[in-house]
Amino acid sequence: MTVVEPDRRERNGAMEVTDFALAQKITPAVIVDRPRALGRIALIDRIFHHLTRTAAIIVLIILGGVIVSLFRGALPAIKTFGFGFFTSQAWNPVNDNFGALPAMYGTIVTSIIAMLIAVPVGLGVATFLTELCPHPLRRPIGVAIELLAGIPSIIYGIWGLFVFAPFVQVHVQPALIAGFAGVPVLSNLFAGPPYGIGVLTASFILAIMVLPFIASISRDVFETVPTVLKEAATGIGCTTWEMMRHVVLPYSRVGVVGGVMLALGRALGETMAVTFVIGNAHKVSPSLLAPGTTISATIANEFTEAVGDIYTSALIELGLILFLITFMVLAMARYMLMRLERTSA
Amino acid sequence: MMSKFFTRAALATAALAIWANAASALDISGAGATFPYPIYAKWAESYKKETGNGLNYQSIGSGGGVKQIKARTVAFGASDQPMKAADLDAAGLTQWPQVIGGIVPVINLEGVAPGALVLDGPTLAKIFLGEILTWDDAAIKKLNPKLKLATATIVVVHRADGSGTTFNFTNYLSKVSADWKSKVGESSAVEWPVGIGAKGNEGVANNVANTKGAIGYVEYAYAKQNKLTFTKLVNKDGKIVSPATESFQAAASAAKWAPTEGFYEILTDEPGAKTWPITAATFILLPKQPQDEAATTEALKFFSWAFANGGKAAEELDYIPMPKTVVELIKKNWADVKGAGGKSLAP
Repeated sequence: MTVVEPDRRERNGAMEVTDFALAQKITPAVIVDRPRALGRIALIDRIFHHLTRTAAIIVLIILGGVIVSLFRGALPAIKTFGFGFFTSQAWNPVNDNFGALPAMYGTIVTSIIAMLIAVPVGLGVATFLTELCPHPLRRPIGVAIELLAGIPSIIYGIWGLFVFAPFVQVHVQPALIAGFAGVPVLSNLFAGPPYGIGVLTASFILAIMVLPFIASISRDVFETVPTVLKEAATGIGCTTWEMMRHVVLPYSRVGVVGGVMLALGRALGETMAVTFVIGNAHKVSPSLLAPGTTISATIANEFTEAVGDIYTSALIELGLILFLITFMVLAMARYMLMRLERTSA
Repeated sequence: MMSKFFTRAALATAALAIWANAASALDISGAGATFPYPIYAKWAESYKKETGNGLNYQSIGSGGGVKQIKARTVAFGASDQPMKAADLDAAGLTQWPQVIGGIVPVINLEGVAPGALVLDGPTLAKIFLGEILTWDDAAIKKLNPKLKLATATIVVVHRADGSGTTFNFTNYLSKVSADWKSKVGESSAVEWPVGIGAKGNEGVANNVANTKGAIGYVEYAYAKQNKLTFTKLVNKDGKIVSPATESFQAAASAAKWAPTEGFYEILTDEPGAKTWPITAATFILLPKQPQDEAATTEALKFFSWAFANGGKAAEELDYIPMPKTVVELIKKNWADVKGAGGKSLAP
């Protein structure tokens, strides 16, 4: 018996599909009740339609449920602190006085620094893999990068604390402190005793964690660029850099932005690895070497032992804020993609 | 052939389900503090071997333990921070201390051996307040006249996660320093004036070990097993003491345990010449009039067994068993736990 290939079915129009499906069933000896068979097929189609629609609706219900329960949980804190929650640096479980500024600051700053490191490196890796790497090496390097994405974040955290932080403390931070000592703004950014752990170390770890997302997605979209375009660019005398800059990137920018946003989403929400190496201090420090905290690290650290309604509620409000930050980042990404599509069209 | 396989698989699943049900019928459920989890787990293993009854303990944290027992979703709750008598009454719970541990300051100072440095409460408080900034400060020198102390900066390391260890440590600092009490206070998590936060005992230990000039605080068991540089402390009687089983037990014996107050007692800054000043008990919470009498009876049996047979296992893990006199008081107090007919459920 021949099997109907799914892609072929899609390519045919609706009527053709049913006829085609019927043709499979008709044997010369049997006369088929055509309307009944068609009715059955229509029923199956309807059931399938409802199933997929239910799946989509369930996602919306879950999302709505999360927002509603976060908001309800955060309500006591919202009532107590109001807008001051966003601007206060206090985090005092003894007096029940809480503010989200240090955690919000830490979340955003670590993610931005991580992206500043990971985006250029990730695009570099993708370029090397698609254009410059000798063919036998492409697959092993590609797989190695994808394996990086599969390492659980707790492993990054432990590695960060036991191996990376001591290395940064001895070799990187003293050099940064000494190197920028006389420079006006940078001396403040890289000031203070080298603890090893801190905002900068957490950003490094985050960069390593999101790198595989950017690298492998960019590689995939770079590969969709038609060879004709690249050959044309090379033909008129472009260097590899010029070809990437003026042909490959403009062609694949929508996919690249998507990969970067996925990575940013992961960086914003990352918990365990950051908790281990950020220093967990509820302070906004001008120095990147000083300990700080992030929203998810604070929640992970303190939720289990949080006693009292306001304390718990303040932690839930932090969760709500993280939700809003992530939502805004995604909305911005959508908007950017829309504008890109419009300008290229 | 396929159908045969499926029949077998179904039979096996059914058998497994029946077995699991039979096994869980007598399992005691508990939830709470992470600090006593290793010893509860070890007791549970031995108890299961002897009686066939298991213990399902979820170490979700003291706060979680209190919430769970208040909601009666478990047979007992466990907390490092005792509940006050009024709160116990309101929730219909009884409470007792199950096992003791010690908290020790650990340091990383070149040329200073474990136990060589002596600190006292007010100095410790000033260090954690950020008022004493270097190791050659006059206050530290005065306590250690023979020790050569360099001008190294002090790096304070504290717990980032809410923890019973922090509660007992800050409780001690509040008792010995009025400044600490008014500026910071006591809780399982506080607003630390200085320092870096690390996750768990292992995080604090590792950060102290990696950072020159660091000081932190960890569970005694952790300091001992990892051979960290601990300090001696000056206790309430003005004596210099080392952290050890005897000095923790001295604290437990010196405490005035009051059964009517739900044994509410925090073992910091207790009197006595041998007493270690930062000792901590961890508590069990149980409903006085349980809905599930069988579960509560089983839980009481388990803790009774632990008091009688668990001492050695506790010492192996560097926990300190409760002194015998206190155990007697606790067992007497179990008469309060009553079933529907008013009959005591104590074993």
